[in-house]
Amino acid sequence: MFDVFTIILYVLTAGLLLLSFLQDRKKTKMALKKAWKSFENILPQFLSILIIIGIMLAVLSPETISRLIGQQSGWVGMVIASVIGSITLIPGFVAFPLASALLKSGAGFMQIAVFISTLMMVGIVTMPVEIKYLGKKAAILRNTLAFIFSYIVAIVIGVVLA
Amino acid sequence: MKEIIKRYKFFVILVAVNLGILAVYPFTGQKSISITWSNTLEMLSVLPPIFILLGLLDVWVQRETVIKLMGEKSGFIGVALAFFLGSAAAGPLYAAFPVTGVLLKKGSKFSNVLIFIGAWSTTKIPMLLFEASSMGWKFMITRFIINIPGIALIAYVTEKLLSEKEKQYIYDNAVTMK
Repeated sequence: MFDVFTIILYVLTAGLLLLSFLQDRKKTKMALKKAWKSFENILPQFLSILIIIGIMLAVLSPETISRLIGQQSGWVGMVIASVIGSITLIPGFVAFPLASALLKSGAGFMQIAVFISTLMMVGIVTMPVEIKYLGKKAAILRNTLAFIFSYIVAIVIGVVLA
Repeated sequence: MKEIIKRYKFFVILVAVNLGILAVYPFTGQKSISITWSNTLEMLSVLPPIFILLGLLDVWVQRETVIKLMGEKSGFIGVALAFFLGSAAAGPLYAAFPVTGVLLKKGSKFSNVLIFIGAWSTTKIPMLLFEASSMGWKFMITRFIINIPGIALIAYVTEKLLSEKEKQYIYDNAVTMK
């Protein structure tokens, strides 16, 4: 499923790039230069994030996460799930099967919902990149509000799916 | 050269830490390297189109157009466009931030930029389909319905809590950034 969308994205980009090239070569060159500069500008942070995630997920394996979230229920379980969700960064295609397996092994819907929400919206590891573009205050505010909001999502999921 | 060393210093330290882990705990070290490697490949597969689109956006789309479509007075259109652009994206959230840099530079409203980030983080279309297939449609749709107002609310509250001066600083920063 991811591949289909990635292909669409590539086709779209290639199409626009060709269109741009036919319209104005100089501008196209500028666009590619800008693309490379923006990428190179943020590359050190990206590489650091990749290594931190690697170390983190090697220590905090899906089995460990299952143990931490799966057994604890109630508010304690939710707090643990939200903290793990906020600090880790797991790609969706790993996170959802993990969440689904956690549900089957007995974790509650609310714990899973808060885990998924914080996983997606709150990024402690990626905060330095966010601060670089949005500034410290906005980045901290956004992440804090998203953390609180994840609990609201969990409560709604708990009510609807109960 | 000095500049490069300075910028990559933290990354090099992390590589050393990882090698240290590999020496002391071979199993964990190997595992982390293999996770890093697969994530790097994953990242490299989606980043080229994102950054090329960012470059095309920067060169072709005029500031006036962005101000009209996503600026202070863009109203509902701006909000809808921010949601659409974020949801149509691919790739990890940290890839969204360079794009927000260009949106800010072009004069997009701050809350719309935050909506774009929110949509990119949670309502990406391929991700929603994947969520439905592993968690069930009810779970996905419930989360989706509550996320839409939630993302907008987070965006508005964040913007409201920033002073004009703080916002101006963010916009100035986006203009001077490479």
